[in-house]
Amino acid sequence: MKMKGRVFKYGDDVNTDVIFPGKYTYTISDPKEMAKHALEDLDPAFIQKVKKGDILVAGKYFGCGSSREQAVTCLKEAGISVVIAESFARIYYRNCINSGLPPLILEDTSHINAEDELEVDVETGTVTDVTTGAQYTVTPLPPFIMQIIQDGGLIPHLKKEISHGR
Amino acid sequence: MAEKILGRASNQEVASGDIIDGTVDLAMSHENTAAISGKFKSIGVPRVWDPARIVVPIDHCAPAANEDYAKNHKVIREFVREQNITNFYDIKAGVCHQVLPEKGHIKPGMLVVGSDSHTPTYGALAAFATGIGRTEMAAVYATGKIWLRVPESFKIIVEGKLPDMVSAKDVILHIIGDLRADGANYKAVEFCGDTVDHMTVGERMVLCNMSAEMGAKAGMVAFDDTTRMYLDERTDRVYTVLNPDADAVYEKVVHVAVHDLEPQVACPHTVDNVKPLSQVEGVPINQAVLGTCTNGRVEDLAVAASLLKGKKIADTVRLIVIPASTEVYAEAVQNGIILDLVKAGAVICNPNCGPCLGAHQGALAPGEVCISSSNRNFRGRMGCKDAEIYLASPATVAASSLTGRITDPRGV
Ligand code: SF4
Repeated sequence: MKMKGRVFKYGDDVNTDVIFPGKYTYTISDPKEMAKHALEDLDPAFIQKVKKGDILVAGKYFGCGSSREQAVTCLKEAGISVVIAESFARIYYRNCINSGLPPLILEDTSHINAEDELEVDVETGTVTDVTTGAQYTVTPLPPFIMQIIQDGGLIPHLKKEISHGR
Repeated sequence: MAEKILGRASNQEVASGDIIDGTVDLAMSHENTAAISGKFKSIGVPRVWDPARIVVPIDHCAPAANEDYAKNHKVIREFVREQNITNFYDIKAGVCHQVLPEKGHIKPGMLVVGSDSHTPTYGALAAFATGIGRTEMAAVYATGKIWLRVPESFKIIVEGKLPDMVSAKDVILHIIGDLRADGANYKAVEFCGDTVDHMTVGERMVLCNMSAEMGAKAGMVAFDDTTRMYLDERTDRVYTVLNPDADAVYEKVVHVAVHDLEPQVACPHTVDNVKPLSQVEGVPINQAVLGTCTNGRVEDLAVAASLLKGKKIADTVRLIVIPASTEVYAEAVQNGIILDLVKAGAVICNPNCGPCLGAHQGALAPGEVCISSSNRNFRGRMGCKDAEIYLASPATVAASSLTGRITDPRGV
């Protein structure tokens, strides 16, 4: 699973309220509509600029706060292919996996800049910053988590398992 | 303790860092059961794995505040009937995290998952309980299984006799202020020490409930006589005690001395923005909320009544009291607590989450300030992003309602 895209860079403690505002949690159920509000209270320009495959890079404790899954869905629908952060809030991390959006933990993301071009090999855990030439390694995701992501998330994964009689 | 419970749930010896495929003993989902049922149906499995192991309370906005909530509730009622989920608590029971322990669903040694971030509350009964998302809950409904990373454990030793009018809420706010909002991210937190030994199950629930606010995967208190007595009254008494070994290894050990702790307040807009009360004393408030899964139990209403009995709250304040469950409500009516509160000027609402998540029963207007016994004060949490929420103990909430300003309950 290889991704290539431009970086959107944010800081520490990005919470689920700024990723997907709480006021929409009961009024919007269509993922495409959710995408339109992604990060609107943090970076209103995001949704205009984002292209399919782009990569979100952040600091510590990304996704803290509520358990709302819309905060993952909106980024995925907007085109984000992988999220790299120094750490994730635990429910957000699980929601990423369950929605098929790989969450990668890189100890220090400070050398990756906004707009850099990144190549990410999720299986091997290699992150190459094409713009600066730097290379980083992240701990690869365990195989069974990789499988869930490759299947497109937990629900498609389960359906596949069930149809194989497992 | 986490390792023992997750080892039992996956039938193997485990160590922190291992990923297990755990068998869920109990699954809880509340109003989001409607959304979960949709995801469950999309998996294509006709029946839930075990209806007896699923508990569904309707509590977040009960009775329904508008048509959208009403439709949501209807979907839930149809789903539980169709799936034969008999542990269903309609709007008359109360808040999930109070109802489940009270009705005897939570037992020591269990692996409990809930589609709510404050699910760790149940660790007060020596269970491993953690919050999960909706998709994941749909998968649990279908399979009864969940993958979990076995967390490292923190041990928080609380020692000393709590001063008068200083409570478990002040202790946990103080700890969160120190460790910060991500201080225990992914960790299992065990609370112990002589202060915890002397706490009721309700007070231990306050600690475990708010362990979520420092990122913990689970908060726990080991089984003891207090736990046993609580369970004796409510369960069939069949359970496995999995207490920590004397030589258990902890990633971090924190000592907290409470003999001279003053009341604590979490200031807007984060739970870890904690200050001793003396630093915020006198801040004018418009609303005071006493209730929620954190502090809506009989002991919480009782301390408020003891401060308000025979007095009147300030004209500038709305005091909203919401017992956490019907059992709490009935007991508070029976022993006169409710009457004392009503006479002092409190508005009593039916047991449910109330304004805690901004849905109804006390949403705030721009510029308003609220002091609340709940657990979260994020911007917008009570319905308005330009309002401010301070979190404090029931005693501090009650004392503040008397004066219209943040007030030290020790001086009332
Ligand atoms: S009372 Fe508040 S924190 Fe507790 S379950 Fe309800 S909304 Fe969540």
